[in-house]
Formats: sequence, C-alpha cells, structure tokens
Amino acid sequence: MAELDTSGGGKHKGGKVRTKKKNTRVDLTAMVDLAFLLITFFILTTTLNKPKAMELVMPDKSDTTKQLPVPESRTMTLLLGSNHKLEWFVGEPGKTKPAVIGYSDLRKTLVEQDKLIRNSHAAGQGMIVIVSPSDKSVYSDVVTVMDELNITNIDQRAIVKILPVDIDLLKRDNLY
Amino acid sequence: MPRVKVARKSTAIDMTAMCDVAFLLLTFFILSAKPKSQDPVKAEIPAATSISTIPETDFATILVGSGKVFFGVEGDDVRKKTLSLMAEKYKLTFTADEANIFSGLQSFGVPISQLHQLLAMSTKDRASLVQPGIHVDTTATNELFDWVHSARVATKFLHDKDLKIGIKGDSQEEYPTIDKVIATLQKQRINRFNLITTLKTAK
Repeated sequence: MAELDTSGGGKHKGGKVRTKKKNTRVDLTAMVDLAFLLITFFILTTTLNKPKAMELVMPDKSDTTKQLPVPESRTMTLLLGSNHKLEWFVGEPGKTKPAVIGYSDLRKTLVEQDKLIRNSHAAGQGMIVIVSPSDKSVYSDVVTVMDELNITNIDQRAIVKILPVDIDLLKRDNLY
Repeated sequence: MPRVKVARKSTAIDMTAMCDVAFLLLTFFILSAKPKSQDPVKAEIPAATSISTIPETDFATILVGSGKVFFGVEGDDVRKKTLSLMAEKYKLTFTADEANIFSGLQSFGVPISQLHQLLAMSTKDRASLVQPGIHVDTTATNELFDWVHSARVATKFLHDKDLKIGIKGDSQEEYPTIDKVIATLQKQRINRFNLITTLKTAK
C-alpha cells in the first residue's frame, strides 16, 4: 500500500534520544462514508425530480378540408365543471341525461362506455371523446382527463370549446 | 519448543483510493446537476402517468400561474437571437449588456415595453419582483404570439430544428388562461405541444 515510511528509522549509534514520529495516516472511513452519503443524495434528488411531458395534439383548425362527420351515437362528451366534478353523456346534448361523476370514477366509465359502443357498432369504430372544459374547471382536471384517455387507449378525442347548452347543464347541477 | 507465531496483519484498509473515487463522483454529480430554475411564479405541476422526458435543447416553456403567463426558451444563443428579432419587430434597441443579461434569464413575464427596466435590475431584485406576466389574448397580435414566433424563427435559424413547446401550468390554474395560451399557439399552427407533468405515484 502506498504510504510514506515515517518511522523513526531505528536506533542510532550515538544513543541520542529522538522524539518518536507519529504516524501521519488518517482514518478515512468516516470521510468516505460522508462522500458516499452525499453521492446517494445527489443521485436521488437529480433523477427523481425530473418533470415529464405529456403530448397534446389539438385538432387543426386551419384545415377545413379533412373534417369528417361524427356520428353522435359514438360520441361521448365530457363536461368539466367546478369542484373537481364532471358530467358525461353519450350522444347529442339535451337528448340524453348526463351523469355527474368524480375524476376517480372516470376510468371505469370510459372503459364501460367504450365497450358498449364497440359492441353496438362495426369493427374498428371506437368511441370518440369530446372534452369540453368549462371556465370553472382547473388545469389539473384537463390533464387528468387527457391522462385517463391515454391510459384507456382512446385516441379519438379532442378538446372542444364548451357550448352554451353544456354550460346550462353544468349550471343545473351546480357545477358552474 | 517455542511455537511459531503467525504475524497478525492489520485489518485497516487503505481508504485513500476509495475516498478519491467517492469525491470524484461527488464532484461529477454536483457539476452535472442543473441548478433548479427559479420560476417567477410558483407553479405546482399536475401529475400524470406519462413518462416521456422533456428535451433539453430547442425547447420553450410557457409557464402559467396565478392568471399570468411567462415565457422562457432554452439556450443562451437562442434567447439572444429571439430578443434581437423581437427588438426588430417592436422597433426597440437593446444594448449588448442587456442582451447578455437576457440570455441568462430562464423565464420572464413582463410586457416588452418594461423589458428595459427588468434587465436593468440586479439579480436579487429581479427574483423578488412580482412580474405582471406577458400579455396574451385570443387575437393573433398579442405579445406571447410574437415571442413564440421569434423563438421558433431563432431556433430554425441557429440550429435548423423545430422548436418544441411545453406548457407548464399550475394545477389550480383556471382553464380560460390555459385556453388563451393554446389558442395563441394554434394561431401559428402549433397543434402539437407538451404539457409538463410530474409522474403520478401509485396510490
């Protein structure tokens, strides 16, 4: 091991009394402990705090040539209201009775409705989801909905400006 | 008969090399860690299950919090070029010093007419200043529109890449503010952007 020879060098002939040199080695164990502790701390704090990104694709407004008609029987509308509650209905607004649910029940509802629609339509025709955030909803609501749609693999969806009819529905249920 | 004694070896290990390695790693981690950017407004970002990471270059962040909008773009060179493009558009002049200070700004939220005052401040004053936010509305002539557009032009000019845009919004931000930002982006045909989220932890 690499260390300097710091010993006194044996007894000299003259018999002179020499002060014994002390060993200069320092116990580094504590220092290494500390260093590794800091490394661990830095690794944990740098990698776990990284923000992630969720891609959001909005329908192209400028391109009016490729707009396809949307069958209402396959359309599910989600109206995001206040107090972290939302209303949903399938079909045209005003014709079907909307249901009020919280965000924790959203996934179950999405899966159920998607299954129903898939069973009653031809193959390949899945559910189309329209997300209409009202002015009283908050940003995290929108993110939660988009995330649930990602989880349930419903890729036919769009964020659409809320209609006055829908706002009336929300008002009726005290969500606006 | 005397017994032959086996010389006892010391159990102490030389820690020097281990210590060197540990501190080398420590130094590396400290230096490679990006300092946490100080946002001008507190934004608690919403959680989602998305796991894609945000790019480190050619990326612009629109920060939305307390009803105000802030803008920031990555890269000193892009920032400088963006400022010069904006100065041209709004018929303003910025000195080289001001451009240098601007290139060090992570994010800002003042109308362009007040940018001179913001850049003249000391770093400490700037951090404590409550910035009014960048003007944004649903028309195609708001300042955020021009900032985003200039940043895109600058990125294309300097790096020949498309600028990616992320929206970093506060969880409790009311939707109309976000809607205005999205509308502004859509006005310049940006239909694909990122929402910055944190990873949702399993409950």
